[in-house]
Amino acid sequence: MPTVSVKRDLLFQALGRTFTDEEFDELCFEFGLELDEITSEKDIISREQGDQKASEASDVVLYKIDVPANRYDLLCLEGLVRGLQVFKDKMEAPRYSRVNPLNGDPQRLIITGETASVRPHAVAAVLRNITFTPERYDSFIELQEKLHQNICRRRTLVAIGTHDLDTISGPFTYTAKAPDDIRFKPLNQNQEYSATQLMGFYKTDSHLRHYLHIIEDEPLYPVIYDSNGIVLSMPPIINGDHSKISVNTKNVFIECTATDLTKAKIVLDMIVTMFSEHCDQPFTTETLSADYINSKVGINETAESIAQLLTRMCLKSEVTSDGAEIQVEIPPTRSDVIHACDIMEDAAMAYGFNNITRTTPRTYTVANQFPLNKLTELLRLDLATAGFTEALTFALCSQEDIADKLQKNLKDTKAVHISNPKTAEFQVARTTLLPGLLKTLAANRKMPLPLKLFEISDVVLRDESTDVGARNSRRLCAVYYNKTPGFEVIHGLLDRVMQLLEVKPGRNHGYYIQAAEDSTYFPGRCAEIFSHGKSIGRLGVLHPDVINSFELTMPCSALDIDIEPFL
Amino acid sequence: MADTGILESLLRLVDKVDGGIDSQVVASSLGVDHQVVVGAVKSVQALGEVIEAEQRSSKHWELTGEGQEIAEQGSHEARVFKAIPEEGLSQSQLMVESIEDVVRKKLQQVQMGHSSQLEEKEKNELKKRKLLTEVTVKSYWITKGSNFSTIITKQETELTPEMIASGSWKEKKFKPYNFDAMGVAPDSGHLHPLMKVRTQFRQIFLEMGFTEMPTNNFIESSFWNFDSLFQPQQHPARDQHDTFFLSDPAVAHDFPQDYLERVKKVHSEGGYGSQGYKYDWKIEEAQKNILRTHTTAVSARMLYKLAQQEEFTPVKYFSIDRVFRNETLDATHLAEFHQIEGVVADYGLTLGDLMGVLHQFFTKLGITKLRFKPAYNPYTEPSMEVFSYHKGLNKWVEVGNSGVFRPEMLLPMGLPEGVSVIAWGLSLERPTMIKYGINNIRELVGHKVNLQMVYDSPVCRLDS
Repeated sequence: MPTVSVKRDLLFQALGRTFTDEEFDELCFEFGLELDEITSEKDIISREQGDQKASEASDVVLYKIDVPANRYDLLCLEGLVRGLQVFKDKMEAPRYSRVNPLNGDPQRLIITGETASVRPHAVAAVLRNITFTPERYDSFIELQEKLHQNICRRRTLVAIGTHDLDTISGPFTYTAKAPDDIRFKPLNQNQEYSATQLMGFYKTDSHLRHYLHIIEDEPLYPVIYDSNGIVLSMPPIINGDHSKISVNTKNVFIECTATDLTKAKIVLDMIVTMFSEHCDQPFTTETLSADYINSKVGINETAESIAQLLTRMCLKSEVTSDGAEIQVEIPPTRSDVIHACDIMEDAAMAYGFNNITRTTPRTYTVANQFPLNKLTELLRLDLATAGFTEALTFALCSQEDIADKLQKNLKDTKAVHISNPKTAEFQVARTTLLPGLLKTLAANRKMPLPLKLFEISDVVLRDESTDVGARNSRRLCAVYYNKTPGFEVIHGLLDRVMQLLEVKPGRNHGYYIQAAEDSTYFPGRCAEIFSHGKSIGRLGVLHPDVINSFELTMPCSALDIDIEPFL
Repeated sequence: MADTGILESLLRLVDKVDGGIDSQVVASSLGVDHQVVVGAVKSVQALGEVIEAEQRSSKHWELTGEGQEIAEQGSHEARVFKAIPEEGLSQSQLMVESIEDVVRKKLQQVQMGHSSQLEEKEKNELKKRKLLTEVTVKSYWITKGSNFSTIITKQETELTPEMIASGSWKEKKFKPYNFDAMGVAPDSGHLHPLMKVRTQFRQIFLEMGFTEMPTNNFIESSFWNFDSLFQPQQHPARDQHDTFFLSDPAVAHDFPQDYLERVKKVHSEGGYGSQGYKYDWKIEEAQKNILRTHTTAVSARMLYKLAQQEEFTPVKYFSIDRVFRNETLDATHLAEFHQIEGVVADYGLTLGDLMGVLHQFFTKLGITKLRFKPAYNPYTEPSMEVFSYHKGLNKWVEVGNSGVFRPEMLLPMGLPEGVSVIAWGLSLERPTMIKYGINNIRELVGHKVNLQMVYDSPVCRLDS
């Protein structure tokens, strides 16, 4: 969720009144925003860099406001104020229209075929006769940054360039060239570089280096020229210095290059609608019935009052002449409206979620438990009654946990592997519950002995027969840790579990254990467990090397079975 | 226990005097060592309120070994005098005709208990000569207790089978228990607190008529986890930074082909009254295997299955199971947590119904004061964050998320047009941490938890 930080006094000035913090918090809540923090530049710097650095900083009060991720129109002061004012009936929803320049033709941006391989789309617009104040200029820059970070997906989908139109001349050309053939003076630098040099130069730039990978390995880099061959920008990395804008800029040329055309249009619309009254996109309209809104929200309002509710949400609405339907104008600022249900939500918000009568659906159903979970719940209770304590361990772990430490070969584990773990703790999904229990023992070595633990939970195994190629398996695992190995204790627990599952000892239709070789266990102290002729798991005394590798010091016996055969 | 004779003699002495008696006096009048009396006092005290004994200390003088020798045999000088034979000594040595052995007399006085007759100076001089020593004696001032009696009845510690058989318990007195001491902890196993809370949430859903979904599939395809929920392929949640992708098995197969085509179309071109997201939808993105980021992936599978029935029947589903996020870990975030989810599908459900069901659900958790904030979620519209008023923290805290599933998600599945699906979700860990007052999630979940916390955790009643 993006956070917008605005100066409180500036915000109140634009809203035409002041609020207490509580009043403003309440207003935000109704409108679906969250007043996240009340702070100042001084506070922020002092928190991050210490009081000393903060002494010079401004202590103007800042509101940090959380904005829903799809409301790009609320990412700057201008948009926030417009949204809130219309919501509170303080102003009418604005309408936008496109105008041509007084003298001459509209500007043109020519896109050449070379761009297809790297960044195929571009859209552009001009803001004419704009008057920046320092605050409006900051807000303009900040809006671009917010858009870059959110909808533009850190410039991968869309990159924005803004230029002083009076320093360049159209028509403009968007093309792609080999890195060594592009030379220009980049923003805020004193000399020219080739694109290849620039990529090296920005490797150490704390801000720009995050965007280099987007085009770095491409044979051709995107670039925009004006009619005199001046480089406007090399998207998505950097603009040229020649056309840079300032507080005094009067006419702004905005270009958005993109890999996603829909998003590029949204971004361009956002910028121009926030900062001008000129826009080249007509309104779209949607017609829906009052009945639709009433039945989905669970209210009973007239078409007129619903039209009023929607108008308050910047969706200018009117009841059609026959009175049956409501015609809703969707401004270009509201790219989030793609279905009638999005309009319904706005009606519900304007009505106030908390004013809607809470009703009980008449849906009649009979509850059922998932059989595997039902069995798990029953067994957990009886294992605790048998004197074992329940552990709750992670489903993700390191490769070492399920292989080396248990003296197993990773290839034999049937483990699923994670491709992007941030640390070794998340390399694989566990294939057995045993490492988690042993780690729990290790963290509790100071507790009085014996320690008796169990867990009933899922492990994950590769399985070609499922659509995703893996499946969960519900396991019961228990460990006994004491000065003596206590095989008889863990064996007794197996007998108890079998008794609970109504399986009698016996070769054919019951259960039995049989000596087995398993490198996790001490030689001659491991047995395989069979129920109804099928192997369901193992029990035994752990191998001293396994005990050591989990940083344990005492003998330990373990039971590990699959409970799904008992469903 | 000291022998009963001494105890009873002690009690008879106490009985005779008014206002109490010193244990040293008792010792001298009974002619026994003081320590024996001290033992007797302690034994009687153990019998209850028979006597009261207040500790005191006093000082007195005692002869040293050398002092005793002198008291018996005379001082060294006197002994020399005596040792002179009657006939054989020179004149000069017989200047003294007789002696008075003052040292012996003084020591004898002390020995008889009359040390107060000597002056301090004299006593100190004898102390310097190591003939006298000053000792401190701890004694008891003994008075009658509220249960005073001169007869000793031996107290039994425990009731025995023999006493029950013979009826002798009727005559016996029993040693009182110390009710201030803790009992012995029972030898038992314990359930994990988070799992206890899970059991309660299951119970609540079952009471409300919700059927449990099969969520035992941690590995999910991006298709069911995201695409089927109308979550666009460039959505940040589908980033490497937020989701665990698999390298092996890396991709999923066997999607329902017709359905997949409808999903592709609604994303890239729209339909069902929607403009769609208008981007180039790729099967390669949908095939990527991940660790599911929410149990809503299972809800999507269940709703698709429901849509394939001959005739639609209303359903209420729930699940509580693990989900995974490739997040930066901190005191409240782990890479895996439990998601609680409830889903209702029926004709004509409204936003009011969703809020009504949430009200009933949270009432069962003991939370009655709820309010709803508009929110954004790619697969629900409207979307609402649920806040409850927390009396302890004195503020509104977020307790869950909810919404109505979008038509772009439901209609491609094949659910009938008029069917609405309402849903909500919350984490299991957060209410548990609030319930048990735990601030760091690692103290609740994972192998680093302190087992003592598990042993000591109380039963879970969410509504009290």
